[in-house]
Amino acid sequence: MTSETVSEMDGWEVVIGLEVHAELATATKLFSGARNEFGGEPNTNIDPVSLGLPGSLPVLNEKAVELAIRVGLALNCSVQESEFARKNYFYPDMPKDFQISQFDQPINGEGWLELPDGRRIGIERAHLEEDTGKSTHVGGGGRIHEASYSLVDYNRAGVPLIEIVGKPDLRSGDDARAYVSELRSILVAIGASDGKMEEGSMRVDCNVSVRPVGEDELGTRCEVKNINSLRSLGRAVTYESRRQVDLITSGQKVDQQTRHWNEEDGRTHTLRSKEEAFDYRYFPEPDLVPVAPSAEWIDEIRAAMPLLPGERRHRLAEEAGIQPAAAALAVERGLDGLALASMDLGADPARVLVHVENNLADGQGALTADAFAALVSMETGGDLTATQAKTVLADLVDSGGDPAAVAATHGFETMDTSELEGFVDGLIAEHPDDWEAFVVGDEDERRKKSGFFVGQVMKATRGQADGRVVNEILERLAAGT
Amino acid sequence: MSALSLAGSVRSGERSARSIVEEHLAAIADGEGQIHAFNLVTADAALERADRVDDVVAQGGDPGLLAGVPVALKDNMCTRGVPTTCGSRILDGWRPPYDATVVERLDAAGAVIIGKTNMDEFAMGSSTENSAFGPTFNPRDTTRVPGGSSGGSAAAVAAGFTPLSLGSDTGGSIRQPAALCGVVGVKPTYGAVSRYGLVAFASSLDQIGPFARNVADAALLLEAVAGHDPLDSTSIPVSAPDLLGVLDRGVEGLRVGVIEEISGSGPTGLEGFAPDVQARLAEAAEALAAAGAVVEKASVPSTVFGLSAYYVIAPAEASSNLARFDGVRFGLRVDAENTVDMNAATRTAGFGDEVKRRIMLGTYALSAGYYDAYYGKSQKVRTLIVEDFARAYQSFDLLLSPTAPTTAFPIGEKVDDPMLMYLNDVCTIPSNLAGHPAMSVPFGVGDDGLPVGVQVLAPANGEPSMFRAAAVLEAAAGGSAGVAL
Repeated sequence: MTSETVSEMDGWEVVIGLEVHAELATATKLFSGARNEFGGEPNTNIDPVSLGLPGSLPVLNEKAVELAIRVGLALNCSVQESEFARKNYFYPDMPKDFQISQFDQPINGEGWLELPDGRRIGIERAHLEEDTGKSTHVGGGGRIHEASYSLVDYNRAGVPLIEIVGKPDLRSGDDARAYVSELRSILVAIGASDGKMEEGSMRVDCNVSVRPVGEDELGTRCEVKNINSLRSLGRAVTYESRRQVDLITSGQKVDQQTRHWNEEDGRTHTLRSKEEAFDYRYFPEPDLVPVAPSAEWIDEIRAAMPLLPGERRHRLAEEAGIQPAAAALAVERGLDGLALASMDLGADPARVLVHVENNLADGQGALTADAFAALVSMETGGDLTATQAKTVLADLVDSGGDPAAVAATHGFETMDTSELEGFVDGLIAEHPDDWEAFVVGDEDERRKKSGFFVGQVMKATRGQADGRVVNEILERLAAGT
Repeated sequence: MSALSLAGSVRSGERSARSIVEEHLAAIADGEGQIHAFNLVTADAALERADRVDDVVAQGGDPGLLAGVPVALKDNMCTRGVPTTCGSRILDGWRPPYDATVVERLDAAGAVIIGKTNMDEFAMGSSTENSAFGPTFNPRDTTRVPGGSSGGSAAAVAAGFTPLSLGSDTGGSIRQPAALCGVVGVKPTYGAVSRYGLVAFASSLDQIGPFARNVADAALLLEAVAGHDPLDSTSIPVSAPDLLGVLDRGVEGLRVGVIEEISGSGPTGLEGFAPDVQARLAEAAEALAAAGAVVEKASVPSTVFGLSAYYVIAPAEASSNLARFDGVRFGLRVDAENTVDMNAATRTAGFGDEVKRRIMLGTYALSAGYYDAYYGKSQKVRTLIVEDFARAYQSFDLLLSPTAPTTAFPIGEKVDDPMLMYLNDVCTIPSNLAGHPAMSVPFGVGDDGLPVGVQVLAPANGEPSMFRAAAVLEAAAGGSAGVAL
């Protein structure tokens, strides 16, 4: 099997729909007062309800409903009256041997999410449900079938989850990653979840099918589970779509299955076939009453929502006169506020974004918008070179301060043009052949030689010259000959 | 002696709670061998508790409205540190780490828990023959069943082991044994009494309620345990109704309808009602009329479908509620090679036949492809019954029917014929499906000399007028029922 992705192959289209589970950032569990906390000694965040003890009853956590509504609003869903349902199946880490979930009446109906490139990905629904506990299989290499016994930790049992079911609108592993990444940014921005895939607070199940390009009907899909990072998501889609195309092109057919992604061998493996799928026997949860959030409450929640990543991209892009996609990194790094404020103070948008992307990967630290704007102005005014500006910026991030003062402590004073001309004249005299090549050479040659002269000037001035000015001098002298 | 007067004597310092508890423990020691009303008698804890009540009285404090009154609990209500079996082997060794809300309320009212009573396993049955710990015998005639599933609680009150007990009623499990044992039994409005700590059979139908030897005592106990509980999402957000205060108001002007379809008195409707039961019902109706009520025939047509709908809905919920008894966290575990086999081995050994039968029925009814035909259709019937009752209550304040089609039947008679057994609950099931209150009041005896119960039905939160009618019937029948101490 090749590593070639299906999208690179002629004639096949990959169709992906994701189901993302995110743990909601509440203080307590979905149906009881036990703490919702990651880590901790096994079986310490428990109570009769989270253990499913006989006689215990669920009581809905209002905060979880509020966070679910926030998710719905952020994903442009219809927020509606909803009902809980029981999803019945036996599993030791599920205390009641049924999961309280939502079935035909989810709290959030259809909506959409906008990727940074502007494409809208459909959302089918986003519903509330409770998490399960965690089993640890002891002996036999930790695999359930060979283990000599299993231990169960119910700390996670009953933790509130929002399950966001996406429509099959994604077409590649990169699409899938962009979607999950955007979804995570949204969930974090609205305080609904910490979105940590590595701690399992955000989990992705991936439905993959393939079809000939131009075909409207969807192919048979497989659901891939156990995807624990964005990287795995991309790899799993690549592997699984390739597997399906190979099956079809070799005259076989794709069986509807649930498959397990194995990180080590980079493959998906059969978990269960359609025939082995559980019959969950959903029915309305009789221990809970329908949830009917009032219009006033929904409005209140809407009013308290922060700007979403997409809105922030649009806002920054408009201000900077760029495409929203180009503003994505600034928003992702949470630096769009700083960028906007410094632009408002007159800083050049292009330079601001260059710094945000290249020199502020670790955040703004002690840097204020005032200092940032002043620094960019010094740079565009020719008082600092790009190299110097980067050094000063690093200091401002570390310990704040006034850019002019910081520049002075580094001894950064840009040379004036006449001083630079003197250096350039001297260099031309020292390297007549290089100068000749610069003057008469083609574009490539000129770029090479200008690099040479700028480098020499930088060396001679220990980096205090402004490369752009040196270039201007070279151009002027060449034009004058 | 009534619970009311016992509590009064303790509150006034006339009697000690200890003496009351000792007296009842002695009655239990004397008669329990013939009746088997209890799975567990908590004698030591009861005496300690009685002493604490006496301390409060000695110190001039308020010991509560149920001060020193023994109360027996059906063995499906969680008691902290005290075995709670649901009449099943599958809960072997389990001691709940918490008290049910009703237990906390009894404690707050100064009551003394005297023991846990026998029941059909997981409340599934109408004769208390389905207990893993053997049947309970009817104190009126020990060759007869006490009814069920709360047969132990009914028998304990009828035998004079305790003046009060709590049962649970999913399809008649309080009212039918009350009728068969000749005591008062009340199924309150769904949501009136918290279900927190009641081991669920069918969550949308289960309701805890009182047994007593007279109507006033039943009112006293219901007032003590009713009222909103934030731990039960289906709990009604109101405080307990005032019942004792309205008992003597009579029924003058109340409109009472006798439901034709479930009394064997109409052209349509169910059959199989014993003539003596029908005769007592007619006398009860006359008694109410004599007291000034307007009594007429009433039609609630869809009640005849109640039994069928019930035997889909209740098992469906039960199949899910009882899934947690899997051997993983509590109770019985039968070891096996792997978890799935352990689950199966545990449930095979731990559950009795009737429980297994209903789990299978319910699982089937909820299965893909059958859901609409069974569960979906049954919910529609349930809606019909609610609508029919609503229509009837436009013309009537209360409705009347027999509680059960016959008096207590012999032990073993129906145990091998589930359908025959299920028919015991035709009159009681509609109120559970509608979520309405209903109660059984003893009203004379049948040809066999065994008690007959009359059922008074009311719309949601209609307990006050229901109790008023019950008080009138009680007076007409000649006063307090059962064995008085």
